[in-house]
Amino acid sequence: MTDTAAAEVAALSEDHRTSTGISNEKLAMWLFLGSECLLFGGLISTYMFNKGRIGPDDIGPDDVFDIPFTSVSSFVLLMSSLTMVFAVSSIAKGDLRRNRIWLAATAALGATFVAGQVYEFTAFYSEGLGFTTNLFGSSFYALTGFHGAHVTIGIIMLMSLFVMSVRGNLSRERAETVEIIGLYWHFVDVVWIVIFTIVYLFPQ
Amino acid sequence: MSTATPDTPNTAHGADGHSAAGGHAHPSNWLYVKVAIALALLTAFEVFTYFETVHGWGDNAIIVMLVAMMVLKFFLVVAFFMHLKFDAPIFWRLFVFGLILAMAVYMVMLTAFRYW
Repeated sequence: MTDTAAAEVAALSEDHRTSTGISNEKLAMWLFLGSECLLFGGLISTYMFNKGRIGPDDIGPDDVFDIPFTSVSSFVLLMSSLTMVFAVSSIAKGDLRRNRIWLAATAALGATFVAGQVYEFTAFYSEGLGFTTNLFGSSFYALTGFHGAHVTIGIIMLMSLFVMSVRGNLSRERAETVEIIGLYWHFVDVVWIVIFTIVYLFPQ
Repeated sequence: MSTATPDTPNTAHGADGHSAAGGHAHPSNWLYVKVAIALALLTAFEVFTYFETVHGWGDNAIIVMLVAMMVLKFFLVVAFFMHLKFDAPIFWRLFVFGLILAMAVYMVMLTAFRYW
């Protein structure tokens, strides 16, 4: 039996161990992501409601946003989704070396995005926008901060996979683990697609 | 006639035939690259509309365009990068249920607070 055939048989056997015929772990991740829609929906709608509730002399979105900078950050996060699918694809083919490269690249791109967010927060704070300055500041930092925390957790999971792979604990048979972490990573990318449009690009 | 049952994976067109990860076929890397290029172009156009606002485009037109591009980018990532297009339909239903529930709840909330 070839390696490909053996892996397919193993995957089918795995699926048949569940009562639904599909992976329980993947099902749990999709349920979690569905519930995350409610979390970020709440934060986004709170931002939409509060962003205009500032006084005429208060610091607002037009005073602090640096669209070219945030556009580059958004592009970096989008491209990290491409490297993530390459990581999933390479481990499905049993190419562990490329899988490690793509996992590291995804984590590096995610870290670049988080670094950009830290720089942005620092710049906004130095311009006078703190968490308690006004309702715009509170809802903006809560929304983008929660998203940044999700990206940071994603980076930790990617680095854990990388270390597992280096230690020889991540093989083709555990490809679904990489795919499930990938689902989480793509979700934080999808959330940023919405945040970037609604928070940064919508006319104020 | 489709042979896919409600809880069985769809067949991936142009897939490379591997199904070890999660029991569904994976699209080719070239398809992923094409999706990434489309995402990059859409992002570039989104940013363009921001600067074009300065030149007097109507806010409503800008918002409609931005929402359309946002939805398209969202769909591309979820369908191709998250494999929902090729995976068991139950995953698609679970995610869309959460998404629609969130949108409905917060649309009602914003309406109750007279946001519109």
